[in-house]
Parts: sequence; C-alpha cells; structure tokens
Amino acid sequence: MATLKEIQLKISGVKKTRQITKAMNMVATSRLRGAQQNMERFRPYAAKFAEVLGSLAGRAGEGASLLLVPREPVRKVHVVLCTSDRGLCGGFNLNLISKAEAFKAERGADTSFSFTNFGKKGRDWCRTGAMTIDDHYLGVVGGRIPFNIAVNAGRKLVDGFTSGAYDEVFLVYSQFVSMARQEPRIQQLLPIPKIESAVATAADAPWQAEHICEPSATELLADLLPRSVYVQLYKGLLETSTSEHAARRTAMDNATKACKDMIENLTLVYNKARQAAITAELMDIVGGAEALKG
Amino acid sequence: MAGNIKLEVVTPEKQVVDEETQMVVAPGVLGEFGVLIGHTPFMTALKIGTVRYTDTSGQERCVFVSGGFAEALPDKVTILAESAERRRDIDLERARSAMERAQRRLEDKKADLDFLRAEAALKRALHRLRLAETRRT
Repeated sequence: MATLKEIQLKISGVKKTRQITKAMNMVATSRLRGAQQNMERFRPYAAKFAEVLGSLAGRAGEGASLLLVPREPVRKVHVVLCTSDRGLCGGFNLNLISKAEAFKAERGADTSFSFTNFGKKGRDWCRTGAMTIDDHYLGVVGGRIPFNIAVNAGRKLVDGFTSGAYDEVFLVYSQFVSMARQEPRIQQLLPIPKIESAVATAADAPWQAEHICEPSATELLADLLPRSVYVQLYKGLLETSTSEHAARRTAMDNATKACKDMIENLTLVYNKARQAAITAELMDIVGGAEALKG
Repeated sequence: MAGNIKLEVVTPEKQVVDEETQMVVAPGVLGEFGVLIGHTPFMTALKIGTVRYTDTSGQERCVFVSGGFAEALPDKVTILAESAERRRDIDLERARSAMERAQRRLEDKKADLDFLRAEAALKRALHRLRLAETRRT
C-alpha cells in the first residue's frame, strides 16, 4: 500500500487538475455563448439569401451556370475538412476525421483526393496520411470568423472547380444539434446541388413571384451562385466552431466529475491508511504497557 | 402615396439597419435607383457604393455597402451585402491602410496579381473614405 505521504501528494495533484478542467469548462462556456451569438446574427442573412436564391433558381431554369452542372465521371474530389485547432474536446475531431475517412473509402481508390483544412487537427491527420493539402487555415475555427475568410477560401474552391482541378467539392463539418449533441456531416458544395425553387412562398404571396430583375434573372443567378458556396462554407465554419466549444464543455465537465470521484476514492484510501497506522501505533503502546506490567 | 417603407441591411456578421424610412436610394449595377412605398417588386445586384435613406424624422443617413443584392417589395427593401457599415461606424484607419495596400499591389504589377480583386479592394477603400469624409465632425 502507498504511504500516507504519497496518497496526499496524489490528492493534491488531482485537485489541481480539477481546477484546470473547471477553468477550461468556464472558458468554453463563455466562448460557446459567443459562437452561438455569431450563428444567431448570421441567420437573417442566410434565410434571406436562400429565399432570393430559391426564387431566382425557379425562374432562371437549368444550365444557368457551370457551377450547377454535374460532371461525369468524377475523378478528382476535393474535401474541405473543418476541425478544431486544439484538442481536449472529447471525440470531436476524431468524429469529423472518421467521417472524411469513411467518405474517402466509399469513393474507392480510383478517385484522387485533395484537401482544404480548417483547423490544425484535420491538417495533422492529412499530413500523417501523406494526402494532398491544397490549402490550410489555422486559428479560424473557434474564434471570431470574419466572412472574408469564407469568401477567399470559397473563391479558390470555385476557381478550382471551374478550371477543372476539382470535379466535386465536399464540406465536412460538425452540425451543432444541441449542447449535448454535435453531428459530423458531409455536404456537397460543388457542383451546387439542385436548388429548391421557392414555389411554396410564391403561392403565399403571388405578387412576389414577378420581380423585375436588373440585370436578367439568369445573370443575377450566375452572380449569386458562387456566393452561395461562400455562404455554405461560412455556415459550416460557424457550426463547427460552436460544436467545438460545446464538445469541449462536455469533455471538461466529465473530466471535472472524474476528478471529483478520484478525490473521493483517494480520500477514502487515505483515511483508511491513517486509521490503520493509528491502530498499529495503539497496539504497540498497549503491547508495551502490558509487557512492562508483566 | 405617402407612408414609410422598411429598410433592412443585413451582412453575414450582423444586421446593420432595420428601420422605417421615407425613401431609400441604392447603387444598382445598372444605375442608382430610389424606392418609395408601393414600389413594384424589383431585384438587382449592387455596386460598391452608398445606400442613402431618409429616416422617419426626415434626416438623411448613409450606409456603405460593398456590393451585394437588393430586393424591393411594396413595403420593404432588403439589402444583402457582404459587408456594410453606417457612415459613423466606418473605420478610417483601416480604410486608409486598405487603400495603401491596394495601391501598392496595383503598382507592383506582379504576374500573379489578381487585378480585379485588387481593384475592387481599392474601390471599397476609396468609397469608405469618401463617405467618411462627409461625416460631421
């Protein structure tokens, strides 16, 4: 059995760890609030954008833009992988990476893959797997994300697609479902999946359907489509950021609880050992006294 | 027709304007246009420039927009911009350094220069500066 001193040291060590995990928990909580606010602020733009896109797509018809046309066969696939920069957030990054890995395996060996990484963890994974990294961005996920970053990264994706460097572009990100649940998801960015036209809203307000467009609806749509890629990318980044903080909060909560359990167990062991020591001492004294009497 | 029309200017990062106005003037790609209440449904792309509107008290206000889209409905104008700032919120220092950066890039004339992007950056900076200069001190 460990000595009293050793147990005491162990207890104070675990207490310190608990302090750290508690602090990290609180930091994650406040960042989570910030990230949620960012998502909240983005919502009106995203909603309006989808509405405009839907109503234009309904009118402009198919073949309005190259970005809408699927390619056959698909040889070069590009994946935008969003992960966090830092660990200590449970299985968060692992889930995202295995999502990307599963997708890669599903596509088979005759497609070539390249990556854009948001976040260090995903980049490290790509490096160890010796995969092609076309671009990486650090210090984006988890912080305040300027829309500019999504625009610049998105523009490169669109350029890559139009120049033929990529046949398809996918986004792997983490959807923030609730505080306790974050789901890794994969979404096709390019070619842009068929846009649902806003027929339903047109029925609600018939006069809305007949906009005058300047320039024409087709030209407007061509201008709007690349932007829809940026919007999707930005949304993915916001969701991933929020998920990261939520995941870290949960992980740190669990760690704090585990520390508490450990401290309880160790204190029990410590008390037992102390009691045993006292009993042994008493026995010695009593034994000594008996011997003297004799 | 008298009455107020609602103006909303939204960017991905925040909602910049959400208020009742008497009139809105915005820089469309095919020319500047004004919107009063009861306007025909209308949609256009916007240039880099200034959206001007008259608020309910008759005061004229200005908002910088870096391009985007505008949708006018009989009772509402919605502007979607990648970035937008009210005149009083324009960061002069940032605009000035952005202008210098863009000018340097344009003068360097490197082969890999994305001319359109650099020019757009310069335009944005110049518009911001010009608008900020009309600020009452």
